[in-house]
Amino acid sequence: MNTQLKDPNDVSVGRTKEMFHRPTDIEEAVSCLAAHPGAVPIAGGTDVMVGVNYRRLRPAAMIDLTGVVELREWSDEGDAIRIGAGVPYARIIDDLGGVLPGLAAASRTVGSPQIRNRGTLGGNLATASPAGDAHPPLLAAGAKVEIASTAGRRTVPAADFYTGPKRSVLAESELIAAVIVPKAAGPQQFLKVGNRGAMVISVCSFALSLDVEGRAVGAGIGSAGPTPLRATEAESIELPWDKSGPLGDETVERFGALVAEAARPIDDVRGTAAYRRHALAVCARRALLRAWKELLCDWN
Amino acid sequence: MRLELTLLVDGEAVTAVLDRPGESLLRTLRERLGRTGAKNACEQGECGSCTVLLDGEAVVSCLVATAQCEGREVRTVAGAVPGEVREAFAACGAVQCGFCTPGLLVSVADLLGRNPDPADAEIREALAGNLCRCTGYEKIIEAVHRAATARTAENTHTGAPGTRPLPPSPSPEKDPTLPHGCDSVMTEGRT
Ligand SMILES: Cc1cc2nc3c(=O)[nH]c(=O)nc-3n(C[C@H](O)[C@H](O)[C@H](O)COP(=O)(O)OP(=O)(O)OC[C@H]3O[C@@H](n4cnc5c(N)ncnc54)[C@H](O)[C@@H]3O)c2cc1C
Ligand code: FES
Ligand code: FES
Repeated sequence: MNTQLKDPNDVSVGRTKEMFHRPTDIEEAVSCLAAHPGAVPIAGGTDVMVGVNYRRLRPAAMIDLTGVVELREWSDEGDAIRIGAGVPYARIIDDLGGVLPGLAAASRTVGSPQIRNRGTLGGNLATASPAGDAHPPLLAAGAKVEIASTAGRRTVPAADFYTGPKRSVLAESELIAAVIVPKAAGPQQFLKVGNRGAMVISVCSFALSLDVEGRAVGAGIGSAGPTPLRATEAESIELPWDKSGPLGDETVERFGALVAEAARPIDDVRGTAAYRRHALAVCARRALLRAWKELLCDWN
Repeated sequence: MRLELTLLVDGEAVTAVLDRPGESLLRTLRERLGRTGAKNACEQGECGSCTVLLDGEAVVSCLVATAQCEGREVRTVAGAVPGEVREAFAACGAVQCGFCTPGLLVSVADLLGRNPDPADAEIREALAGNLCRCTGYEKIIEAVHRAATARTAENTHTGAPGTRPLPPSPSPEKDPTLPHGCDSVMTEGRT
């Protein structure tokens, strides 16, 4: 205790030095989490502070992640972009729109400018709301989540990350270090259904990712199940990759139907299960048509 | 339980003493530091009335933990907003009850700092996080255009950089040559 009191990074005074921690690297952050179980990590605060302000959450201690340099940076890893868990949406939009158009499009729909200046991928993943907007594009792109603890690092595919409503494989002693997103290998789309054009929690959302050379389709569904979902059946649809012909109406219809089938929606305040399925089919068809149109432009 | 930290508010170094780690910047500003420029309406990030600039970025102060702000620069409506923006709001009737105004002024100052001549769609996008229950937004958009014109004119005269906060200007008079159909004059008021 006394030795910890001398920590120059700790601004707290007296006996309460354990109230607020300011690690500057991930190793320090995970040690801090291990030493203070129950301490609540805070990044942008856009989820956690709502809970605190409304007294649903009364943390005795918090760990500020905004000073952890590695979390605030993104880097080009060749085939993929490694995005630190603490990079706010505004920077994803500004810096990564070209290489990760799907994730950037989803980021543009998050909250408001003020929320996008603060909110992070790490916070979205840790909260693991089925309605979180980052999830569908991460699923569609086949992203991986890098998790850190005092035991070291592990990497989990986004598709295995979510385990239930607001639940994930993240243990109490772990932090999300980064998200590794393969660079777009073709057109990507994100569509979100909400009550108005800004500041909406999605009623349902859909992300599509086409890999032209690999002839692969990625499809992620948001807000229409206990977790964000991959539409695996829809992903195995045959498309006229060999440029043998146009995208047939039948293929588009079928893609929409398969995406709707993959959903496991419920009725809630934002919409009924039936509406969500219907809207998802529309989103999926529209996404495929738009992506294909983009591809045809590239081909011609 | 005590936690002490120093931050820069509207250009002045101030010390805050907190008794819990999750106290919001909004609460600290208003209740511990007596700086009531940022308004408290929802405390859940939805309304934007508590918008401030944190190290130059627009954020909702209700969702920032004060303890995250050690050594950082906070600008409220009192220190973030060029005179032309305030003047344009008054001149265009963009203020009715005034509760949303401080947050909007900060968001507009931020917008004009990044984009000196925004189009309507860009203004709507930039102000999407600031709710106003009174004006219907049209007058606010007019005010942004008016402020942009005034700032550009000012900067052409002085050659000053676009992001410089300007000193307060005298109350606006009704001006028959106002652009964008601004035709009302607001009398001084406080919220
Ligand atoms: C007005 C408003 C509008 C919103 N609109 C949207 C929207 O349109 N779409 C959307 O998806 N979300 C939305 N949100 C929710 C929120 O902004 C996002 O979920 C955001 O990504 C959260 O990130 P954050 O950094 O603010 O998280 P924080 O609030 O800091 O943290 C959230 C949770 O994650 C934990 N955490 C944070 N970082 C890490 C990490 N690196 N490792 C482990 N745990 C971590 C925290 O302990 C906490 O439990 C909105 C929120 C508000 C207030
Ligand atoms: S009080 Fe902060 S956004 Fe409403
Ligand atoms: S003037 Fe009343 S809320 Fe905007």
